Amino acid sequence: MDMKEEMALQIRDLKSHFFTSKGVVPAVDGVSIDVPPGRIIGLVGESGCGKSMTAMSVMGLLRHPGKIVGGTILLEGRDITHLSKRERSKVRGNEISMIFQEPMTSLNPVYPVGRQVQEAILLHQKVTKEEAKQRVIDIFKEVGIPEPEKRYYSYPHQLSGGLRQRVMIGMAMVCRPKVMIADEPTTALDVTIEAQILRLMKRLRDELGTSIILITHNMGVVAEVCDYVYVMYAGNVMEQAETFELFERTEHPYTQGLLKSIPKLDGKEDRLYTIEGVVPNLLHLPKGCNFCNRCDQTVEKCFVEKPELYETREGHKVRCFRYEGGVKA
Amino acid sequence: MAAERKTGEILLEAKNLVKEFPLANSRRGKQVVHAVSGVNLKIYEGETLALVGESGCGKSTLGRTLIRLLPATSGTLEFKGADITAMKEREFAQYRRQMQLIFQDPYASLNPRMNVKEIIAEPLTTYGLAKDKSDLERQVKELMGEVGIPAEFINRYPHQFSGGQRQRIGIARAIALRPKLIVCDEPVSALDVSIQSQVLNLLKDLQDQYGLTYLFISHDLSVVKFIADRVCVMFLGMVCEVGDTDSLYETPLHPYTRFLLEAIPKADPRLRNEEKELLTGEIPSPVNPPSGCRFHTRCPYAKEICRREAPPAKQVGERQVFCHFPLEG
Amino acid sequence: MNTEYTRKEVLSDESQIGEQETWMDQVKKLIRQNKLAAFSAVLIVVIILMAVFAPLVAPYDPYAQVLKDRLLAPGKAHWLGTDELGRDMLSRIIYGARISLTIGLVPTLISMVIGTVLGLIAGYYGGKIDFTIMRFADVMLAFPSLLLAMVVMYTMGGGLVNIFIALSLVNWAGTARIVRAQTLSLKEAEYVEAARSIGVKSWTILMRHILPNCLPSLIVLFTLNIPSAILSESSLSFLGVGAQPPSASWGLAVVRGKKYLFTEPWLSIAPSVAIMIVVMAFNFLGDGLRDVLDPYLKEQ
Repeated sequence: MDMKEEMALQIRDLKSHFFTSKGVVPAVDGVSIDVPPGRIIGLVGESGCGKSMTAMSVMGLLRHPGKIVGGTILLEGRDITHLSKRERSKVRGNEISMIFQEPMTSLNPVYPVGRQVQEAILLHQKVTKEEAKQRVIDIFKEVGIPEPEKRYYSYPHQLSGGLRQRVMIGMAMVCRPKVMIADEPTTALDVTIEAQILRLMKRLRDELGTSIILITHNMGVVAEVCDYVYVMYAGNVMEQAETFELFERTEHPYTQGLLKSIPKLDGKEDRLYTIEGVVPNLLHLPKGCNFCNRCDQTVEKCFVEKPELYETREGHKVRCFRYEGGVKA
Repeated sequence: MAAERKTGEILLEAKNLVKEFPLANSRRGKQVVHAVSGVNLKIYEGETLALVGESGCGKSTLGRTLIRLLPATSGTLEFKGADITAMKEREFAQYRRQMQLIFQDPYASLNPRMNVKEIIAEPLTTYGLAKDKSDLERQVKELMGEVGIPAEFINRYPHQFSGGQRQRIGIARAIALRPKLIVCDEPVSALDVSIQSQVLNLLKDLQDQYGLTYLFISHDLSVVKFIADRVCVMFLGMVCEVGDTDSLYETPLHPYTRFLLEAIPKADPRLRNEEKELLTGEIPSPVNPPSGCRFHTRCPYAKEICRREAPPAKQVGERQVFCHFPLEG
Repeated sequence: MNTEYTRKEVLSDESQIGEQETWMDQVKKLIRQNKLAAFSAVLIVVIILMAVFAPLVAPYDPYAQVLKDRLLAPGKAHWLGTDELGRDMLSRIIYGARISLTIGLVPTLISMVIGTVLGLIAGYYGGKIDFTIMRFADVMLAFPSLLLAMVVMYTMGGGLVNIFIALSLVNWAGTARIVRAQTLSLKEAEYVEAARSIGVKSWTILMRHILPNCLPSLIVLFTLNIPSAILSESSLSFLGVGAQPPSASWGLAVVRGKKYLFTEPWLSIAPSVAIMIVVMAFNFLGDGLRDVLDPYLKEQ
């Protein structure tokens, strides 16, 4: 693959398992994701599908009893799967950074936000304190924080949720990372603020060429900002495609169900489509396809074998036997 | 159907309802949070009225004040024509059981030390509605059936259920007293998309079966579109606009309503609009709400009068809007 | 009613439903997680059995004075030696466990009942009631508790019952504080609001929804309060205002051994070690129970 060199981040067949007292939980079970530079990649799925755990594995933030048991993570072609703690912390925040759903928990409540961002700069770059402070103010301006000089001295609790998220994004961007992972960055925010943050992320992609992995459960957010989408379910990628393609030619029954069960803004429905049941317990996955017990389009094979990802069109892959051999059966 | 419902009698009416919370540790004299400021609202029998707005707009507080879970600071409440605002607790008991609540967080709304039977039986035993133990168990099992929890799980504890199932248990508890009005406070916003649609369908079924009236509090406008007959949009403790769901979504009269609707990320990439106008700024503090129209600090159409005077109610057909310069009005 | 579809949804989800965590499971978890606590629990049971069956276990009569056998060093006949009146130390320590355990359990229980009730009331009703109760508790906590107990003991005289009263009066305030804090947060819980929206009476809410959820912390607090009560009794006896001779109280034994500290050290070491073992066992058990029971520490 000559594509390899071009990718900002490449995840190959990643397996992260949790070794609990009740058994092994395959939270991430063979996930491959390509992140080209300057793109927003969507990672979408319901709770427990493994989307956050994939991100944590990439960041090297998996905690006991979780462990990467297989696969590779390549950052611009460099293997970062098994780095020492020291090397890992050089990469983290510098080349890959991450923002979370609730910025309040990732900011220290007893320090002004400006100082926290300044510290992040001093940690990774050789600049004087004064220069670092100026950088902070520039970054605050860049991520659209009004009155950045004043906000430098604000404590986290004095800022609204939207502003706190902007500070977090600013902190994530201080070292101009190649990849930023955003885990449900707008879920805790109101819609009008969410729209602002999404627009900011698009701007960062376009102006700085940052690649963003956007983890979300919201199909609307995906449609709004992502260039390419991976739909995850029970530790697997079920479907992946370029965004327009995915919404236009939804192929996997799970993706179809997800899209159908969202209430529409136009037109009146009497009942909503439902996917029966809930996400299976990862300790007791069905024998065949992970989705077979909720799927309404199963064939016999679905209950016996696990399907692979089949390419149906260029860049569009589906983990469903109905597309075995690349064509719909 | 919607039109038929609206002609029903007024079930609950709030007149000039005000709810203020004293702010603890305020240095400058007595500061209060203006959570609800002079709301007039009618809820008709058999309808679903949605309260929508962003966080801090007072929708949850209004919901709880309407059913007297919080005492109103001023204003009056009438339930079927009877003034219940300052009614003695003993006398109020017969109204209390006609108004129930469904909560947002299915993990916090069930006592972790009580099993399903005890949880659902609590309303029944409180009003002595069961003849004996076996009658009580029969009624509990019946309620479990109505919300789709198999009767054999009667002795299980909340932590053994998934979020969606817990929400069903909470719903069973709320309908146990056969109430007239149920306040649903963000009942599906903590649930995954596929579970959300199951619960919404269930709520609709129960409404049809028992002629329930819902006050549906939500920030999710697509969910509201599906379930509500009428919508009341709130901003910072005040009503912006009330009207029939379909026409309100089609032609919003209040600028805030329009911005809210436009800000929702649509699950269709073709509807992307990089140029669309976003609301700027943040939501003002309910401790020091802006003078005049409370929306004027964020409203791009605000004029001098908006800063000075609170807009009066304007009737546009069947709809009511609180704006000096309603759109297309 | 379209219950068919919902039923199917839930049933397909059965694998999701976790096993019920019974009382036994929690015990197993304690043993698995914290061996020290489990060992302490066993030790406490052994000590309690020993105290209950003291007449059967003790080799000698703890009060019998055999003057010719005074101040014997530990040996075959007397494992822990004898005191200055020729009484067998081992028998006295076994009998002393009766006193120490009663002192540990009874006043702790009384003070915790008082503290729990006051804490619940203060936390739930708030306002002036809360203010009055908690300021009273603050006053109690501001005094060194041993001093307070001594004052009580001096005015009422020594003896077991008076120790009960003194220690009960001294220790309720700490419990009240903890219960009040828990009540304050629990009364904001959504399930409490749900109960209020149903119309459940305040007292029932307190007993059904709030108290049971305080229980884990109360159990932990109980195991941690016992050793401090035992220590207080020992200190009071040591200071001469607690148990009176010829009682077999451990605290008293330590005092009496003081005189012979350099010549016959076992007289004070044996009871001190006994106190230490019991106190540590309860503390370890308390810590272990906290890990198992405390809902805030529980893994999600």
